[in-house]
Amino acid sequence: MVMAIFIAAFPPLTGMNNYWVGILIFVGIHSMTTMGLSLLMGYAGQISLGHAAFYGIGAYSSGVLTTKFGIHPIGAFGFGILLSAAIAFLVGKPTLRLKGHYMAVATLGFGEIVFIFFNQLSSLTGGPSGLSDIPSLRIAGHPLEGKAYLYLVWAFVFLFLIFSLNLINSRMGRALRALHSSERAAGAMGVDASLCKLQVFILSAIYASMAGSLYAHYVTFISPSSFGLMFSILLLMMVVVGGTESIWGAMLGTAMLTLLPEYLRGLEDFEMLVYGAILTFSLLFMPHGVLEGARKLLIREEKEKAKDG
Amino acid sequence: MSLTSQIIQYFFTGLTVGSIYALVALGFTMIYNATGIINLAQGEFVMLGGLLMAFMILGPQIPLPIAFLIAILTVTLVGILFERLAIHPLPKASILTLIIMTLAGSILLRGVAMVLWGKDPYGFPEFVRGDPVQIFGATIQPQVFWILAITILVVFAVRFFFERTWIGKAMSACAFNPLAARLVGINVRFMVLLSFGLSAALGAIAGAMITPITLMEYDRGPLLALKGFAAAVLGGLGSGTGAIAAGFIIGVVESLGAGLISSGYKDALALLVLLFVLWVRPSGLLGSPEESELRKI
Amino acid sequence: MAEEILIVKGLSKFFGGLRAVDGLDFSLAEGRIQAVIGPNGAGKTTLFNLLTGFILPSEGSFFFIGKKLNGLKPHQIVSLGIGRTFQNLEIFSNMSVLENVMVGRHCRTRAGILSSGLRFPRMRKEEKAIRDRAMEELIFLGLERRVSRPAGSLPLGEQKLLEIARALATDPKLLLLDEPAGGLNIRETARLGEIIHRIRERGITIMLVEHDMSLVMEISDEVMVMNFGKKIAEGPPRLIQRNPQVIAAYLGEEVNHA
Repeated sequence: MVMAIFIAAFPPLTGMNNYWVGILIFVGIHSMTTMGLSLLMGYAGQISLGHAAFYGIGAYSSGVLTTKFGIHPIGAFGFGILLSAAIAFLVGKPTLRLKGHYMAVATLGFGEIVFIFFNQLSSLTGGPSGLSDIPSLRIAGHPLEGKAYLYLVWAFVFLFLIFSLNLINSRMGRALRALHSSERAAGAMGVDASLCKLQVFILSAIYASMAGSLYAHYVTFISPSSFGLMFSILLLMMVVVGGTESIWGAMLGTAMLTLLPEYLRGLEDFEMLVYGAILTFSLLFMPHGVLEGARKLLIREEKEKAKDG
Repeated sequence: MSLTSQIIQYFFTGLTVGSIYALVALGFTMIYNATGIINLAQGEFVMLGGLLMAFMILGPQIPLPIAFLIAILTVTLVGILFERLAIHPLPKASILTLIIMTLAGSILLRGVAMVLWGKDPYGFPEFVRGDPVQIFGATIQPQVFWILAITILVVFAVRFFFERTWIGKAMSACAFNPLAARLVGINVRFMVLLSFGLSAALGAIAGAMITPITLMEYDRGPLLALKGFAAAVLGGLGSGTGAIAAGFIIGVVESLGAGLISSGYKDALALLVLLFVLWVRPSGLLGSPEESELRKI
Repeated sequence: MAEEILIVKGLSKFFGGLRAVDGLDFSLAEGRIQAVIGPNGAGKTTLFNLLTGFILPSEGSFFFIGKKLNGLKPHQIVSLGIGRTFQNLEIFSNMSVLENVMVGRHCRTRAGILSSGLRFPRMRKEEKAIRDRAMEELIFLGLERRVSRPAGSLPLGEQKLLEIARALATDPKLLLLDEPAGGLNIRETARLGEIIHRIRERGITIMLVEHDMSLVMEISDEVMVMNFGKKIAEGPPRLIQRNPQVIAAYLGEEVNHA
């Protein structure tokens, strides 16, 4: 079914101009990250306010290794994944034991520390002034740009989506949802809570890292400011506003919030205010996200029809 | 400057920022005690206090003491509004939702500050013009003494409030057992409101005091909140005394570290303390492990 | 001559000054149905929580099929063969009825993140086996028509049965039922008694905490009575009914049905 959607979407893409191509590339890259976050938050019921850190680790791994050490992008990509996974393991183990607020604050602190390191390790990362001249990806000598990159990114999104959906409808997915619902009962069914949470956390870090690497090769210039608190919060918002309980919700939220800055052209001063307002209203009136809100409306309509019928 | 003088200098700087952390930590503790929530918008109260003061003094040139009072009252009002609009309507919300709600509040407040004052840092002159004081070769600005004095005053006032006044004791009761508190007639919802108002006031005082020295900009909030929270957990979340002591400790250690070792990573120090406490000893230095178990750490 | 599969020696749990479970000694032979009764607060659910690893003993130990279980976590204990239900229902309301029971197979299956995400053939076979087994348990409990309903939408009686189906899916050798008749009417309770007998026919040993005395008298081979964390009597149901200490313990308590 998913394949059908993707194939149906391709023809319109060929006629698109560069502006929209750029935006869709970002929607794709962000989706890769938010899918992982959705698995962590929506399904496993944990929280991470520092995920920009993993995104940044992927980006900087790709950037630094390709520019400063001449390593092939695929190698750098792999290194980013390994580094993110390792850090996720080290950070996740003690953090996932914490309850609610403390986990939130711990991930917040973690994100900030990584941000500080990005800024301070300037011999490696270029510090606040950033890292430039990151090579674009090439296939058989031809640089991937514009529409080609769009296809690349969305191929990744597609694969991630399939993987995630498979996971949700599997033993692991049920274990995660069970944990979210009742950690006690899940334990009594054999679910090793700490192991499962850790695995999902590492997986979401890997998703973010891969997205970050693709980001680095696309924009060819990265600086720490893209990987700070606001981006972590933005990622969180995409998941929350779209709908924590479903991957589709996360993608919807991602699309909405990635497109949002485009509508705020000229109103940049109000950007943060708008984000805050959106998050607030979303929590107050649609705590399960836009997707769930829409679904509930449809279900109610169907119930009405069934009653009359 | 000799090493001793440097150390004394950093020590006083540490006490100065430490007071801010202490006040923020106290604010966290208050709200946590009354509601069990960690208010991620705590840092924004500080930011607003500072920026409001700056705005009133630089713009309409309102006399300092009056500006101080207005700033505090305004931010207290903001805190109360925040509780009414964002926390109060969600009594059955999951913890996750509440956390994100306070996060939303912090973004909203930052957004407002950005619209009103832009991204530039603002400052205003010290409370009382005066020459720096020399202590063993270290140069201390008079503002530092104001900060320390006011902080100590506030700490005693808060202690008095909690231990002597009826309202304060009621608030403590809510912390221990909201159901029992309700049963004996304490209006828990009002206590929640009050805790937000008081925390906001504390934050505003901190912001107003520190701005002459460090200036204030719209996005100083999150880092302050994180450091203040680090102090709150270090001192044992729930313990006001612990929070204050820990605030000063973190301030001093951070300042010494920045001065003697490296200033680029100085912010990371408090954050590492935070992670260490959360990961290794969540009950903090003064709290008890059983208590943290009860509080579901 | 049946083996003793559960041996409890001097098991105690203290919460500060409160002796929730105090020096408990007993054993359970394979294939038996033992009921644990006692006034509220006697320590019965604490006992279950100890046996399933949710809390750590303060003193004493317990052995299951010869293996000492002290200190093991719940997920480890369930893979060794002790399954349980909960006094206050803890079904997974965010999943369907079928999925709830499928989670019960977690401790007997192995697919990890990679094989699940990529849907390896081995994983697909395992998924089918999980689904089939879950259906079997649902049919056993008579819930087959509720398969795709959200678990939270079931009436209380059926939710209780769902918890049992889920616990059975873990392939337990010993099944701990914590107040399975709680909130059930007479008809449902009688049905529960039948089901418990059929579970025993499958070779599963059963221990249940219950307040409903008619059920207890009807189905148990032996009864253990607890009060203030101690065992005050044990034996066949008829004898327990007439035991003066037991009656004394219940005076001041409403007995459901004598």
